[in-house]
Amino acid sequence: MAFLELKGVSKGFGTFGHRTEVLRDLDLSVERGEFVAIVGYSGSGKTTLINLIAGLQLPDSGTVSINDLEVTGPGPDRGIVFQNYSLLPWLTVRENIALAVDQLFPNWSAARKRQHIDHHVGLVGLSHAVDRRPAELSGGMRQRVSVARALAMDPQVLLLDEPLGALDALTRATLQDEIGRIGSASGKTIVLITNDPDEGILMADRIIPLGAGPGATLGPSIVVDLERPRDRKALNHDPRFKAIRAEIVRWLLGPGAHKSTSVSRKLVLPDLEPEDLDLPRTLFGVKRVARRRSEQVRENIELR
Amino acid sequence: MKKFPPWLSNILMPFVGIVVTLVLWQAISGRVVQSRQPDGTMEESKAGLLKDLPGPITTWEKTRKYVVEPFAKREELDQGILRFTWYSLVIVAKGYAIALALGTPLGFLLGLSKSFTKMFDPIIQILRPVSPLAWMPLGVVLFSNTGRAANELAALFTIAVCAMWPTVLNTAVGVRAIPQDYLNVARVLKLSRWQTLRRIMIPATLPYMFTGYRLSLGIAWLVIVAVEMLTGRIGIGNFLWNEYNNGLYTSIVLCIVTIGVVGFLLDRAMSLLERRFKTA
Ligand SMILES: Nc1ncnc2c1ncn2[C@@H]1O[C@H](COP(=O)(O)OP(=O)(O)O)[C@@H](O)[C@H]1O
Ligand SMILES: [Mg+2]
Repeated sequence: MAFLELKGVSKGFGTFGHRTEVLRDLDLSVERGEFVAIVGYSGSGKTTLINLIAGLQLPDSGTVSINDLEVTGPGPDRGIVFQNYSLLPWLTVRENIALAVDQLFPNWSAARKRQHIDHHVGLVGLSHAVDRRPAELSGGMRQRVSVARALAMDPQVLLLDEPLGALDALTRATLQDEIGRIGSASGKTIVLITNDPDEGILMADRIIPLGAGPGATLGPSIVVDLERPRDRKALNHDPRFKAIRAEIVRWLLGPGAHKSTSVSRKLVLPDLEPEDLDLPRTLFGVKRVARRRSEQVRENIELR
Repeated sequence: MKKFPPWLSNILMPFVGIVVTLVLWQAISGRVVQSRQPDGTMEESKAGLLKDLPGPITTWEKTRKYVVEPFAKREELDQGILRFTWYSLVIVAKGYAIALALGTPLGFLLGLSKSFTKMFDPIIQILRPVSPLAWMPLGVVLFSNTGRAANELAALFTIAVCAMWPTVLNTAVGVRAIPQDYLNVARVLKLSRWQTLRRIMIPATLPYMFTGYRLSLGIAWLVIVAVEMLTGRIGIGNFLWNEYNNGLYTSIVLCIVTIGVVGFLLDRAMSLLERRFKTA
């Protein structure tokens, strides 16, 4: 049995009658030490999926299990890097990480804790900013802190929810390389959520597309058999890279992903009569009142 | 107004405003006119738009002894204006402390529990607009059997019960506004309830709490005059009331100005404190 397993997982929101199913019947298995990327549209339920794995939400049906143990709540064995960093703004970088370290390793000596924090801050290249507060950091730096905090928890699984979504293209590229490197070096099981197929291919061992919601389902798994370290410049011309990307995009745009996204809304035309520009304007430019079809008195003259 | 640098116009403009107000005040206030009577004697009478309103100059002349020796104590009812103010500030500080001590936890309960809110929000909304003049007699009755402390306790009760509500409501709003992400951090780390409260919820709520604290202080200071009028405790409100009964209207004006300035300074001080706790 795989290390991380989802079996028949469905999740919806809303009360009876107004209920929308976000995720439908997901199956997923991730081996220990594997780096899996889930690529999907925004709003398709990616955060919901990561919350289910983290145990922050529980599935309506189906099971999530790690190491054969069913997930019934959140826990520090699954470190999350949240979509919007969620650093505590009143704490410095060190204090943010210390909050996790103090809680998870209460028996360590102060010196050991300090060394552990310094190590992880160094890992993400922020040693110079360790005493700054989040407000004094750029978006990229905040996300690095968030990664450092998750790694400092020494989790079994690292969950990354669109960690680079809010960053500019350049910072994004740097961090993709960095997180990819740190992730593989840590040997941890990693689930990366992203809306960018290229990001997934660059970083992950395997990619699984998530269709559009409501009722999103997971697509086939696509193995990224590209050599590491992956060089983004060289990759752009790699035929294998192009083939993988085409496969992902084809599934995301194809019928598999779109099964449940037919537009069911009826378009309502505006209820205004077009203005007759031939009519002379009144002298003082008094505004003609817009006339609504629904307000017009209708006379039906019947001719016999 | 582009000629002045901003810091200068920041000082200059309020100054201009004060001068304009003083001139207007002088213009509408009453002045003493002397007229020769048919029998040759001089008679004084008042004239002006608001005959009985003392103007700024008269006020200064008649009340300067309270101002130039602000901490003097000549008699029980004849003391420097800041000495009276100090008595009032002490009692306000005590009542305010009680208001915060009760209001903050109550606000947390309201913010944390939906059913608690549903149960008690209507009652709070009913009690909140009740005037200090209405609470005061109840306070006197409640503490009437405590002997010499009765007046003080009634005053504290009234200040606390009137000043508490902004703290309660703002704290509750702050608790409800804690981002789910912060709470998720606590859940992932499996912080205990107490740790979550101490490490996450209280720091996240502080900016809202301080907004409440600032508004509560404003009300506590507002209430003091009413409290001192009714209990006869020595203080600036009581001084105002006595001088009214003595027909010394200039002192009333002095008290009003003093109360206003002190209230303004308290508010400034609190908003400086408040800004320190604003976290981005
Ligand atoms: N707590 C919730 N209550 C109601 N609807 C929710 C909740 N969380 C997410 N949704 C809905 O589920 C859908 C997927 O959300 P989300 O998982 O955040 O998408 P993604 O992360 O892929 O952008 C959205 O339509 C969103 O409105
Ligand atoms: Mg999301």
